[in-house]
Amino acid sequence: MSTLELKEATMQFGGIKAVSDFSMRVPEGCIAGLIGPNGAGKTTVFNMITGFYTPTRGRILFNGLPITGMPPHEICKTGIARTFQNIRLFEGSSALQNVMVGFHVRQKNSWWMPPFYLHLKEEKQIRNQAMDLLVRFGLDRVAHMPAGSLPYGAQRRLEIARALATRPSFLLLDEPAAGMNPQESTELMSLITNVRNDFNLTILLIEHDMKVVMGVCSHIWVLEYGICIAEGDPDHIRNNPKVIEAYLGEEYLKYA
Amino acid sequence: MSLHNMRNYICTALLTVILGLFLYYAENNLNPYSVRILNLLAINAILAISLNLIYGFTGMFSLGHAGFMAIGAYVCTLLILTPDQKVAMWLLEDMPDFLLHLSLPFFPAVILGGLVAMLFSLIIAVPSLRLGGDYLGIATLGFAEIIRVVITNIPSITNGSLGIKGIPEYANLWWNYGWLLFTLYFIYALLKSNVGNIFKAIRDDEIAARTMGVNAFFYKVLSFCVGGFFAGVGGALTATLISTIDPKMFNFMLTFNILMIVVAGGLGSITGSILGSVVITIMLEWLRIVEDPFSIGDFEVAGIPGMRMVIFSLMLLLIIIFRRSGLLGMREFSWDAVFNFFNRRKQEEWRRS
Repeated sequence: MSTLELKEATMQFGGIKAVSDFSMRVPEGCIAGLIGPNGAGKTTVFNMITGFYTPTRGRILFNGLPITGMPPHEICKTGIARTFQNIRLFEGSSALQNVMVGFHVRQKNSWWMPPFYLHLKEEKQIRNQAMDLLVRFGLDRVAHMPAGSLPYGAQRRLEIARALATRPSFLLLDEPAAGMNPQESTELMSLITNVRNDFNLTILLIEHDMKVVMGVCSHIWVLEYGICIAEGDPDHIRNNPKVIEAYLGEEYLKYA
Repeated sequence: MSLHNMRNYICTALLTVILGLFLYYAENNLNPYSVRILNLLAINAILAISLNLIYGFTGMFSLGHAGFMAIGAYVCTLLILTPDQKVAMWLLEDMPDFLLHLSLPFFPAVILGGLVAMLFSLIIAVPSLRLGGDYLGIATLGFAEIIRVVITNIPSITNGSLGIKGIPEYANLWWNYGWLLFTLYFIYALLKSNVGNIFKAIRDDEIAARTMGVNAFFYKVLSFCVGGFFAGVGGALTATLISTIDPKMFNFMLTFNILMIVVAGGLGSITGSILGSVVITIMLEWLRIVEDPFSIGDFEVAGIPGMRMVIFSLMLLLIIIFRRSGLLGMREFSWDAVFNFFNRRKQEEWRRS
């Protein structure tokens, strides 16, 4: 069974086709990867899935439900969450407040309740759940610090925690290992696998660190100039001559 | 409720009582000039807090405050004037009958003034909140000017550019500070809850907020309308404090005065807005002494009119240069901070002895 399905999705900006006729089916519960050289259209695919771009042509289905052209906050409600390539935290708010914003989408309280003290029960629940998530990601000690002042690795983890607060069933990670050293990216790999298992997620990630991609992904799509040039399991991708030529390079085979 | 929270509630209640006692003292003992300044201070604080909600907390650069104030002021005034006053004052054109006999007590009139201002802020918000940054500032500034020009040009309702005089001076210390407390309570409660987190999230990164499932447009309109309501209330109180209004009063300089208070106090700090309105309102009056003639020995210096604005501008420059994020930045007053401060002091003394 597949959770997310793209059917010949095409995104055209003026004369440029950022993504053309891209079809993919992400099986439920797997960790899938989307790789390709810079400017291949990977982030455009993410933006189409999360509703920031409406595909020029083609359809996107999530659990069989068409989500093409829905606004981002509605798509989040259906259970898709994402992180960003360049971290986008709410920098003026504390780590805890960042995660609490994530919980808002499942919150029943309306905006007019606070002045009448009707929100306290659920608010307390949200605060506790947010705190639990922070503990899970080792961020409880910095819960009340401004998110912008946290170290880089912590900001990355906080962004994942915030995404998980929306209770997604599908998580999109845009270059989670960017700017990490080898040790940190090894830790990230186990974090991603653990998160998938603990939260019952399907994960699709964009990544340039081949060790991470080959290590955690069970299925990989390769984009070049907006066209899907290969898909399959890591072994298949590693040995695909087209992928080697376009992206991995000859050296990769020697050192991988 | 924990002991800790209990302490904070008791402290807040005590502070309110002290404020009440002070107002009682001020009403009976201070001269009318000082009372007027105290009144202005409260109204400025209401306006600054409402603008801070829009600009400092939700990140929408809005310059429409004078327009909302004008609506609040005119609606409230039209509702509290007696039919006789209206007949006597409307010289340019006669007032329509239904308005002539419409009359309400002060409190509902102020609320209606706020609600109508809120309705207009909703009408303005829906098309213009699609804009961001400086463009929004220009659009709202334009709307505020439109409101002012329309008020000037419907003399049958607003008495046009002649303005309205002899408005009963209902807005005494109690009403103004009562409304200030209500504004504080309402906006603080909103900001303390998750709604406040969402406002700040939209300010910090709207795209990320939308990805997190926040209907950013709805919350921006909400913030704008709540701010518009309190701006309308502030306008209504201004009208009933100074007892005369005309369209020229509500030009964009008024908006900039409030913006100045908000920025000097600290964008994103309610405490800062209050502190800012105290400092700026009092300074503007106190600095009048530099305009008086004074003498150094035998040398007589004539007063220079406008001198206080020069010094005042210099002060603002100093604030912006040395404390770029305003007097308080994004910090807020909290009882915890106060008690921690004193505890630390005590511990230090204990350590020293």
